[in-house]
Amino acid sequence: MYEQALFKNRQEGRPATLAEYRAGGGYQALTDTVNKLSPQDLIQALKESGLSGRGGAGFPTWRKWSFVHENAPHPRYVGANTDEMEPGTFKDRVLVNTDPHLVIEGIILAGYAIKAQKAFYFIRPTYEMDAQIIERELQVAREAGFLGQNILGSDFSFDIAVHRSAGRYICGEATAMVQAIMGRRPHPQKNVHMTDAGLWDRPTIVNNAETLACVPLVIRNGGAWFKGLARTETGAGTKLYCISGKVVRPGCYELPMGIPFREILEEVAGGMLPGSELKAFIPGGASTSFMPPKFMDVAMDIDSLKQVGHRFGTGAIIVFDQNTCILGATLNLITYFARESCGFCTPCRQGLPYILDLIQRLENGEGEEDFIPRLRELAGHMDKAYCAFAPGAAAPVKGMLQYFEAEVREHIIQKKCPFK
Amino acid sequence: MIPEPLREKLKSQINQAENPREQAVNVMYEIQRHYGYLTDEGLQEAAAMVGATPLELEELATFYDFIYREPVGRFVLHVCDGVVCWMFHEGSLFDYMCRKLGVCAGEVSADGMFTVLPTACIGYCDQAPAMVVNGRFFGHLTPALIDEILEQLKTETCDLVLCR
Repeated sequence: MYEQALFKNRQEGRPATLAEYRAGGGYQALTDTVNKLSPQDLIQALKESGLSGRGGAGFPTWRKWSFVHENAPHPRYVGANTDEMEPGTFKDRVLVNTDPHLVIEGIILAGYAIKAQKAFYFIRPTYEMDAQIIERELQVAREAGFLGQNILGSDFSFDIAVHRSAGRYICGEATAMVQAIMGRRPHPQKNVHMTDAGLWDRPTIVNNAETLACVPLVIRNGGAWFKGLARTETGAGTKLYCISGKVVRPGCYELPMGIPFREILEEVAGGMLPGSELKAFIPGGASTSFMPPKFMDVAMDIDSLKQVGHRFGTGAIIVFDQNTCILGATLNLITYFARESCGFCTPCRQGLPYILDLIQRLENGEGEEDFIPRLRELAGHMDKAYCAFAPGAAAPVKGMLQYFEAEVREHIIQKKCPFK
Repeated sequence: MIPEPLREKLKSQINQAENPREQAVNVMYEIQRHYGYLTDEGLQEAAAMVGATPLELEELATFYDFIYREPVGRFVLHVCDGVVCWMFHEGSLFDYMCRKLGVCAGEVSADGMFTVLPTACIGYCDQAPAMVVNGRFFGHLTPALIDEILEQLKTETCDLVLCR
């Protein structure tokens, strides 16, 4: 069995109550913090823990928080991100349905660390049932004195409001999310330092819900303990891995950071479906590249994947079998990204539909040999886009060309999709 | 003019926020809940209430996929078109629903009951293929199950979780 820290209170059918959360040590970290720890103590513990962002970018959490200057103006804000629209990713939904107070305590601790007054819990419309769980449990936390004015009798006051989104992938990007909360069209912003001037031009940190949920565990058990939960030296903590596609037991599992994909597939997810053989997997949501089976034994952590030229993303693994046309799958992905592009900058708005057109024609059997170098060139140009969306969208295209070029070429030779 | 009770409800909602603009999406949701979609008149009034120009609010309304600027059916079938759902049906379930209901994407079925829309990954990849209908999830979809769900929905009242 794997050690369960985030999912300690996981049970079928309902989230843990406040009483259940507290029985396992819940809100102890907050109690200790407001009584005897300084914001710097929190940030130091996070530094020791090695915790990095679980939402896709993998930025060290302590560094993000330490960017908020001591003398920065007030009010300051925390954004808790449960937009989670990266295909293959559903960990935050499971997390909120497992232990909402773990996430809530994490948000309050983040508020304490940057001396914030308010947090926005940003959540997508398809997760409305989860938004209602959070709202209900926020009220429970308020009544128990963990939230609101003078938390646990201290001089720290902080509250959390749920902000409902109305869809669109790009809202999960931190700067776009802040625009969305302000009721502006959610285009990502460049050259803004959110820790100086974010929401309403005030210091703001935005963290993924899973990242925030790790914080109470770090404070309660120590940074070294958290770091030691990982399988690898390069990893830290446990991770909520999602696995979906042609596997026996798709789901969201808490596993040590750095566990190899082979173990997740064979031991945790029950292997491939009967009749299916592994052809490729995407390691961390749709904006990471396809990887062929030769990478099965690479440790699934940020640095280990980087060393083999890949991105960890959200840790949401998508498994494809031998009957899946990788060109067809890429067509699906790029259709998705072309539609979800916010349309603000030209490389993304114009480039993705161009890539889509080439892939569609290849899939239709109307492709030509020179489409391959053109696709490669266009996918490369996505790095020139304004934000990280387009480079992410290009990742599966690049992966397809790197590992499955022969299959793409087969569409040109046969003048049709060889899988149809 | 939007009805007075709705206006009062919106005003009190806006008053609770630090800044009226924060409530833009919620106000649009409420108007949509009342009329079934965001009407032109509703958009104009909502804009004034949150301190935006109608154009600014239109920019938001047309950006988000859960705000409807045209009438939709009582039930909106948001069919996930994420890659995991795709690998199980390659778009055929979407086509099946459209054929069965005699509609194209975004149109309302003749009985006024249903609209089918492709929707960005709904986060139910472990139960692919999946859809969300008026806030309720349905997974492991097959044509037979879809038939069953549509029949069932026809007999139900339209309780909205947040939006269609």
